[in-house]
Amino acid sequence: MSDTIVHDEVTNLKKLPLHKEHERLGARIGAFGSWLVPIQYTSIIEEHQAVRHSVGIFDISHMGEFFVSGANARRLVNQWITNDIEKLWPGRILYSPVCRENGGTVDDVLVYEMAVDRYLIVVNASNVEKDFAWFGSHRSLDVVLQDKSPETGMLSVQGPLSKDLVEKVFSRNLAGLAYYHFQAFQTDLGEIILSETGYTGEKGYEIFCPIHQVVTLWQRFFEHGAPMGLKPIGFGARDTLRLEAKMCLYGHELTDDITPLEAGLSWAIGWGKEDFIGFEALKRQREAGLKHKLVGFEIVGRGIAREGCVLKVNEDAVGRVTSGTYSPTLKKNIGLGLIAVPYSQVGQNIDVEVRGNLHPAKIIQTPFYKRQK
Amino acid sequence: MNYPNELRYTKTHEWVRRDGNVIKVGITEYAQHEITDVVYVELPHVGNSIESGKPVCIVESVKAAFDIYAPMSGVIKAINTALESDPGLINRDPYGSAWLFELSPSNVEEWDSLMTSAQYEQVIKQGV
Repeated sequence: MSDTIVHDEVTNLKKLPLHKEHERLGARIGAFGSWLVPIQYTSIIEEHQAVRHSVGIFDISHMGEFFVSGANARRLVNQWITNDIEKLWPGRILYSPVCRENGGTVDDVLVYEMAVDRYLIVVNASNVEKDFAWFGSHRSLDVVLQDKSPETGMLSVQGPLSKDLVEKVFSRNLAGLAYYHFQAFQTDLGEIILSETGYTGEKGYEIFCPIHQVVTLWQRFFEHGAPMGLKPIGFGARDTLRLEAKMCLYGHELTDDITPLEAGLSWAIGWGKEDFIGFEALKRQREAGLKHKLVGFEIVGRGIAREGCVLKVNEDAVGRVTSGTYSPTLKKNIGLGLIAVPYSQVGQNIDVEVRGNLHPAKIIQTPFYKRQK
Repeated sequence: MNYPNELRYTKTHEWVRRDGNVIKVGITEYAQHEITDVVYVELPHVGNSIESGKPVCIVESVKAAFDIYAPMSGVIKAINTALESDPGLINRDPYGSAWLFELSPSNVEEWDSLMTSAQYEQVIKQGV
């Protein structure tokens, strides 16, 4: 059975398979790239706290899923990504940027080793077409590359109670699963890929299922999760949660013009493997030294920094904000920004220009929030 | 939702209270519900001249900033500094302790062109 994605008649934006369910739950719907998504159901702060303190569920079926298979798949994927595929074996997941020859970032992705000759690459929704064309035009070795995004549903279940809930829903003991590992198994809903990953800084899971089963799976989570206080979480809280955990959002902290080095992702670059797209440019940048880099800051007084606000020192522009928000956990106004390296030390005082007014801020340690294990 | 009868309203969801020649301004219950959690308020300065229909100050949610428009022209007489330490007052008590500013109107007759409670409710019902 193949389901097609429905487009909204007025906006022509794509609707998630759970669109009606989100409307029924009273969600405020907004645009995210070419998708209509739930921004919030009740309140971003309430939803944020539910994930930090109990458990929440996100509909992330907009994400893209590519499969790469064949005897050359491992070698070729390793040329596409900056991180080193030698860290992977079947059942393991790797985070990696994908770079252009000049070091600019095409996307940041997760690579799942399904088998030694078969890989799942999870890409950002806004980049599905771009990435598919990019990988397709960089096929120096013979592989089968398939875009399974339209057939794949995806839910994310995050929070301290997520393990109990996922175990109940799948009648499965998850003691054998670990962070950045996954299991693939058959259920009455078809094949499920269950991975211990997320975009919140909490313990959590991301679950892939056939797209025509995502409504049923969502409902099962609520049948088992309602007594635990399971809440649906919109894209508003998804953003505040990832920002507190200092996870990059493509289009903000990473773009075609920002390298992974500048974004602080040196740990996700396989410096020893050499043979990948962008290696020469990244190596040159590392040797020459960075001009600017990503830092976290908090506003010392009042005021909320937003994307695009200018960072200043002694009234000179030294950087710009890539993401900014009120932090529901810290109850402070925080942000990430690219700043000239001489001003990038923790403790540096800066000003954030918001609507022409300068708001004192300070560079602080990141992540802003780290879960107690 | 509640739109008190003694107040007047704008299409941009400000409420206006008139006490003689003193005008108090805030945002409606509908507006606070749409904005949801108010986490920051940027108030105008006392003594500023403001012009009917022009932005005066800003209310921010977690995600976005919203302009608040002057319902009448005049000069700012007072601002509600309690909102600086507790912006969530706007969600809890939009018509009471969460007033934004007081103004001394340059043309008090502008009051008559503002919407009544019934008119405003009609605007909300028709979808904004």
